[in-house]
Amino acid sequence: MNKIIIDPVTRIEGHLKIEVSVENGEVKDAKSSGMLFRGIEFILQGRDPRDAQMLTERICGVCPTSHSIAAALNLDSAFGISDKIPDNGRIMRNLILGAAHIADHILHFYHLSALDYLDITKVASYDGSDAVLSSLRNFAERGKLGPFIPRYEGDYRLSDEITLNVIAHYIEALTMRRKAQKMVSIFGGKMPHNMGVIPGGVTMVPTTDKIISFIWRLNELRDFINTIYLPDVLAIAEAYSDYFEIGVGCRNLLSYGSYDLDGKESDLTKRQRLFKQGTVSIDLNFNKLDITQISEEVKYSWYESGSAETEPKFGKEGAYSWIKAPRYGGKVYEVGPLARMMTNYVNGDPRIKELADPILSRFKAEPKNLFSVLGRHIARAVETKYIADSMQDWLLQLKPGESSYVDYIIPDDSIGVGLIEAARGALGHWIEIKDKKIANYQCVVPSTWNLSPRDDSGQPGPVEQALIGTKIKDESNPFEVVRIVRSFDPCIACAVHCIKM
Amino acid sequence: MGNVEEYPIIWLQCATCTGCSVSILNSESPTIKNILVDEILPGKHLNLRFHPTIMAGAGQAVIEEMEETKQRKSGSYILMIEGAIPTIEDGNYGCIGEKDEKPITMLSAVESLGKEALAVIALGTCAAFGGIAAAHRNPGKCVGVDKLFKSLSIITPLINIPGCPPHPDWLVGTVASFLLNGLPKEEDLDEYRRPKAFYGRLIHERCPRRADFDEGKFAKNFNKPGCLYELGCKGPVAYADCPLRLWNGGVNWCINAGSPCIGCCEFGFPDVVSPLYQKMDVEALPIVGRRIEIE
Ligand code: SF4
Ligand code: SF4
Repeated sequence: MNKIIIDPVTRIEGHLKIEVSVENGEVKDAKSSGMLFRGIEFILQGRDPRDAQMLTERICGVCPTSHSIAAALNLDSAFGISDKIPDNGRIMRNLILGAAHIADHILHFYHLSALDYLDITKVASYDGSDAVLSSLRNFAERGKLGPFIPRYEGDYRLSDEITLNVIAHYIEALTMRRKAQKMVSIFGGKMPHNMGVIPGGVTMVPTTDKIISFIWRLNELRDFINTIYLPDVLAIAEAYSDYFEIGVGCRNLLSYGSYDLDGKESDLTKRQRLFKQGTVSIDLNFNKLDITQISEEVKYSWYESGSAETEPKFGKEGAYSWIKAPRYGGKVYEVGPLARMMTNYVNGDPRIKELADPILSRFKAEPKNLFSVLGRHIARAVETKYIADSMQDWLLQLKPGESSYVDYIIPDDSIGVGLIEAARGALGHWIEIKDKKIANYQCVVPSTWNLSPRDDSGQPGPVEQALIGTKIKDESNPFEVVRIVRSFDPCIACAVHCIKM
Repeated sequence: MGNVEEYPIIWLQCATCTGCSVSILNSESPTIKNILVDEILPGKHLNLRFHPTIMAGAGQAVIEEMEETKQRKSGSYILMIEGAIPTIEDGNYGCIGEKDEKPITMLSAVESLGKEALAVIALGTCAAFGGIAAAHRNPGKCVGVDKLFKSLSIITPLINIPGCPPHPDWLVGTVASFLLNGLPKEEDLDEYRRPKAFYGRLIHERCPRRADFDEGKFAKNFNKPGCLYELGCKGPVAYADCPLRLWNGGVNWCINAGSPCIGCCEFGFPDVVSPLYQKMDVEALPIVGRRIEIE
């Protein structure tokens, strides 16, 4: 049995170690370990509840907007105003979240994932006249292609022409994701760590000049998504179609739903959302979301169990990660864009069918093939288009000059829950308020689900399951491992947290 | 193509949320492509040897690349540190990777790379002062680079570029000034080792709502016009040039979005500015720019 250790796993957010044991070219065992503990939830204890969205968004600089919105929903619920947020506030939160998701998905595909498929050194032989490619060639000629070398060598399959195209798009995508972050800033004040999302709504009143400026930035992004991002994902799928079979995972998906279309229903599991709440299995069985089914287990994590809080305990016998193991009804669930797209797909959403069915027939694939590395990338790209296409209507629903915020009184004692989808999956915040202060705050975060270690009954987490059984062609260049792991878009700063449910 | 001088950079991510890196990706002009690929100034190229979110490789190979850069370029590389450094349990709460199956703690990496760097830039409030990771109860006993260096008697020149996250211009401007003029002189930095060029004046000194403050027109609630002092604005004690520079290429900034400044560049953030939405005591207000009596 050979051991392959990848530490650090790069081109993700945070500090992740992956270890697999390989026998006869096949992964027999896999371990996913989060390697940094910060304990933001401990830091929240005793503070003014209104600070929660500002502090929790600092859990993650890649998806701060989703944390700020989860926290705001959580506080809305604890303050008893979930059903009172003005439509302007609800819609601006959707726009802030949507713009951030577009930025995140573009970043994930081009800057975090594409180098696993794209031989970037091919730019050295470029002899055309494109300014960007020429500057990259000059860069390559000056010496080593840092930070693009060292890397895994071998399995790069794209033609020269497609390779150069996608390299140029890698650079263009840097600009496009920056523009998407500007869209967040238009209503959120700045990015990363937007300042606009607060309990009660949003700090800013929308104005027509902001709306039109947002619309035209969005239009530019939509062009990029339609004419570049989606086609590039499909070009890679074409060349790497075996990855429809690789990285299947735990075969169960979970989504909290996202983008509130209605602000009157206080129960977030029942609220009408663009992306529906629920679970989907690989045989396309759908079930409604029931958050009482969520638990967290720590047998294999560096925490002491038993007390009301989970205290860190580095070096605990048998443990191998700072990430805990959340489970749903005792079973292992994957979260992320695939979960969101499949939840809508099995519910017959015509827009998602219109986007997904032609792709499935082009690759002669069935919905179950989407439980794979390529399925995750395709779901992410399709979702980006779906969100961007929806945002135009929302912008026109805003009422310029009208309020986006409702006032509240902080109760002496209360509890709350905030459920939303971060770019990489289901995100839940829970709060307990005592004497107008935070007594307890908890976040259950997407990568905690996806990158979790084994649970108390020994079931491996989703990424671990996706790795086990994989054939590795070249153990010194284990492309399969990193392609599988990155397809989940890990975010480890988010994943590690510590208060017991 | 002439002679291009290479400036090797090692970028360590410690106890961070990666927000500082994301903010630098947002650099408007130069763009991140200009910063990494092109000559950022004629004849000068920043050669990013190690950055966990960007580099192609993974695992031991990149750790070796980092160590090799340290040896080959000893005394001539710039060390960029993002995130605070956990010191609890010998630093074992935070590891950047491993070599020969031995984990490398952030603590040991910052120490060994810090000693031999030409200069260290502590990017973001966490790296500079501990920031959010070191906020009360500080579960990982996190510290900023300055404090750590002092405790280890490391004397490598250090520049702090705080902010949660820092504005990309603050880093780019500092690096450009270093490339053109060398290390900053002591008088170019404030008492917290921040370049005065960016952190020299209070938000409150240059805030567009300052007239409202002087006239006592305070917003009583969010969404309302007026100075945000009563909603908790920390602009009167926060040093940065956001009101002039604006964020994300000028589309907005905190106070223009109706949000009080939370003093994200300050030593002691977030504890010293908490509760964030609570009005500061009048005694805490600095005496700057008060109206003078004209005869
Ligand atoms: S208190 Fe804040 S909003 Fe008011 S003038 Fe000062 S910086 Fe501006
Ligand atoms: S205005 Fe204040 S809170 Fe906003 S970025 Fe500047 S210093 Fe930080």
